[in-house]
Amino acid sequence: MVRCFLIHTVCPVSALSAGESRVLYSRVFGPDDGVLSERHRDFSPEERRLLQKERVTAVARQVRSAISLSREASGRLIVETLPGEENLALQDADCGVVRLRAGDPFSEETSALWLGVQSLGFTLVCEPHENLLLAEGTLRNLTRHCLEHLHMLGQGSEVLLKSNRIDVLLSRLLPHGQLLFLNHRFAQSLEKEVAAYMAK
Amino acid sequence: MYSHASESLIKQAREIQESELQKFYSRLMKMLQGKELGHDTVDSLQRLHLILSATKYTRTLPLELQKRFVALLSSPAEQHQVLSTAVLRETLPLTGQELNYNQDNLGQLNSHAAGLLLSQAVSKGDLSSLCTQLLRNLESRPSEGPTHSLMHTLPVLNNVLTHSPECLSEDQMTLVSKKLVDWLRYASVMQGVGTSSGGFFTGPRSRQPVPIAELDGSVSGDFFTVLCVGQGFTEDQWMNVYSFSMLRHWLLTYHSSCSTVDADDRSEVDGSVVSMVSATSSSSRLLPPKERLREKAFQYCQRLIEQSDRKAHKKTDTELQKACLVEAVCILDCVCAEDASLVYRTFPCIKALFGRLSSELSNARVLLPIAQFYLNHGEMAAVDCENVWKVVFGRFPTELFNDPFLAHELLRFLRLNVESIELRVPQYTLYFPNLLKFLAWDSPAMVDDFVDLLPSMVTTGTAVELLHTLLDLPCLSATLVLQHRSTCLPISEPVGRSFVSLDAFRNPSFRGLFLFVLRTEAGSGDTIDRLSTLHELLVEAADWPRVTQCARTVPVLLHIFFNTIVTIADEKLLAHLILVMLERSSLLLNIPAYIKEIHRVFSCHLLRLCKLHPSLVVNQSHELLEFAGSTANVYSKEELYTHVVWVLGEYLSVSCDSRCSVSLITSCFEALEAVLFEITSSAPPTGTVCPAPKVINTLMSALAKLASRSHDLIPRVSLFLSKLRTVTRSGSVAWCSDEEDLVAIVTRGEELWSLLKAPGVAQSVLTPPPHVIAPQWHRDTNVALPLQLRALTSLTHSQ
Repeated sequence: MVRCFLIHTVCPVSALSAGESRVLYSRVFGPDDGVLSERHRDFSPEERRLLQKERVTAVARQVRSAISLSREASGRLIVETLPGEENLALQDADCGVVRLRAGDPFSEETSALWLGVQSLGFTLVCEPHENLLLAEGTLRNLTRHCLEHLHMLGQGSEVLLKSNRIDVLLSRLLPHGQLLFLNHRFAQSLEKEVAAYMAK
Repeated sequence: MYSHASESLIKQAREIQESELQKFYSRLMKMLQGKELGHDTVDSLQRLHLILSATKYTRTLPLELQKRFVALLSSPAEQHQVLSTAVLRETLPLTGQELNYNQDNLGQLNSHAAGLLLSQAVSKGDLSSLCTQLLRNLESRPSEGPTHSLMHTLPVLNNVLTHSPECLSEDQMTLVSKKLVDWLRYASVMQGVGTSSGGFFTGPRSRQPVPIAELDGSVSGDFFTVLCVGQGFTEDQWMNVYSFSMLRHWLLTYHSSCSTVDADDRSEVDGSVVSMVSATSSSSRLLPPKERLREKAFQYCQRLIEQSDRKAHKKTDTELQKACLVEAVCILDCVCAEDASLVYRTFPCIKALFGRLSSELSNARVLLPIAQFYLNHGEMAAVDCENVWKVVFGRFPTELFNDPFLAHELLRFLRLNVESIELRVPQYTLYFPNLLKFLAWDSPAMVDDFVDLLPSMVTTGTAVELLHTLLDLPCLSATLVLQHRSTCLPISEPVGRSFVSLDAFRNPSFRGLFLFVLRTEAGSGDTIDRLSTLHELLVEAADWPRVTQCARTVPVLLHIFFNTIVTIADEKLLAHLILVMLERSSLLLNIPAYIKEIHRVFSCHLLRLCKLHPSLVVNQSHELLEFAGSTANVYSKEELYTHVVWVLGEYLSVSCDSRCSVSLITSCFEALEAVLFEITSSAPPTGTVCPAPKVINTLMSALAKLASRSHDLIPRVSLFLSKLRTVTRSGSVAWCSDEEDLVAIVTRGEELWSLLKAPGVAQSVLTPPPHVIAPQWHRDTNVALPLQLRALTSLTHSQ
């Protein structure tokens, strides 16, 4: 299962300190991490929500750090692409995976797959026994759709104001965090549904 | 991509005033009265979502508004469902009127509402109720209805299993097993209605039913799987996809060997049934549901493996075939773990797959689960696994060190199976030069894994070579960069930067050096003679980001190396390691902070080793003296020098090793004395700073300690110390820039001088015997005196 999907900044943000990352979209699948275990029994719903937000921010921070170190090492220059060149942006994107140890921040060990598209990172946090090949493909697919349907290569803020589109996208391609083995026909069928929703 | 506009939107959302927010709520309440949601309403709902999610502190909605959203959850329009779910997710569940997990209408939950319930579950009871409702719906759903109404059942179920596998009862597990078997094995083999034709119901003029096809276009001759295509799909074909997607997790959760404990009473009957059926699969209908699912999973995976050999028309399908292979092999591994008799049926297939895939590097990630299979079941099937390990340890790191996903998966495979690998793949410990390539290329991402794995790579046979390799990791990093550039760049020089190192890399006369660095296995030699040449050739690599990142991880790995080696090495090996440390202290790639850090690590562990085995100092006295007798080392390796002098002073004594002779003590004394004279009689050489007071103090203390063991030397020390006092009285000196430091040095000198006036006492004070420095207050009656005194005092005081 996928634990969560995030879209966050990987560029410096003026309001934040150097290593911090602004989370633009986050979706955690399933019940709160640890809510069913003894130690979290005493937390109020507000505290649990706060903890979850902190966990998501912690993941974003670690991925941001990984992306900047990776970019520094490869020495590649980040080229801004224009709206309409989503496929190019995706081809140029750097990718990798971060091992998140148990407790940091989820109670079990997880793997955070990331795609760095210019100044934004798209992250999928997977459980240990997940099929990472499938996860990688799903992440690329999700990113491509986000870039296209939310016009993310431009200067707009649709990722913030049209997040319901991402919700629908996730409900089809990653329902409740389930990675799906979709051949091109199944994928086409689901993408048609998504496109129909976006058109409204 | 990320603009100021977005940033200010978030700021606005966070800083919205309470009064404005309340007005917004009442506006929304009015907007939501109508049945349809216009564009304005949708935009406002999105803004509400942004306001709620932008801050980590929870805002509460007015009760009426929240109730309205809850009502919207069950609206037929998807947009209503999505927006209301998004809003409710960011608020607290209604108190008093919680979404009741036991309500009957839960059965008609849409996917979004189900997701909301899932995320707000707080107890296992909630999850159990949710599952019960979903499964009840699954059993008794009407035959008509929208195509995707039940698609979310399996993903929700799978999600629940991740957090709480006990949520399902035996009956529920049986029900799901049966359904999974139906969907996986008996889904329709005819194409569904094309989505372009619109609508679920087919008219009388619909086409003739067409059979499903394979990915290469040919007509499918067997049951439906995720690698089959059609113009449209029937519902059970969709469920086939969802079932397979969760199959591995289901098997891992409910079919692992520990969960079959409760089936003890049936195991005898089962055993005979299973072994009979393993030979022929046609009588599988006799099997109980769990075993039947296992058999069907087995068949499904075999079919997928066969289907993956076909040439798909689309690239995404080729990628899917690889992912399916990974999944199929993992599932086969799982079912074989459960039922060992399946191993004989499975191995030929796995072997053939390995043979088919091992030649292409692009299949590397598929070969890892195959390696896992060989590791788990190879011994049982008495199969020769040599080739597999040659590929995994020998080939992958050499050619694919820069693939982040392969690196992650391979290292994870090693971490999870390290004990098994140490047992069954003894040559693993020889492959560290190759495996370290992953770390050298991408240190920040890999260091965590190596912190866990390095102890397994430390053996007494390869320890010295491993130490050299770790110290030269930055060189490996630089070489890999050069190798990578060499393949990417043409032979002609690029404009601008001069690539001295790249030329060297391509130069045949230096080939041997680089080949050694890039070797795949240990055993051909600890290190090379021309190491300094290699360092010179790579001098420009010192500021390459990859190299500096790598250099930063070396100290940590060295600590782990030393911590591990002390537990398994004998004194002979430790002596050898000390020599390596001394030798390599001046033979490191010249990266500014790197050399200093390495010296610090060496100092720490030299101290530790000598403390554990004091006789090492006498054993290696020749080399240690050579090091300590060289004045240049004071300036270039101050920290390490200080520690070498300290261990000499501390452990060069008869009480540590009976072979320590008077002449040895005297020669050590003379060597140190000479250095001390030199550094306190003139200014430091140009380009170096004055030696720290610690060095001088350590030298003086060491001399005093040595003298206290061989009293003939005391006059010489006293002479030096009095000279020191005289010289410093006249004011500042060339070899010490700070006045306070000078005072500290002189003070120490005077203390030592006074001590040495009483030679008998001097030895006990300077090198106290062990039972003094390791007191055993409560155990040793001789030294329990303070306790006795304290007890007496407290007794007398209370009166």
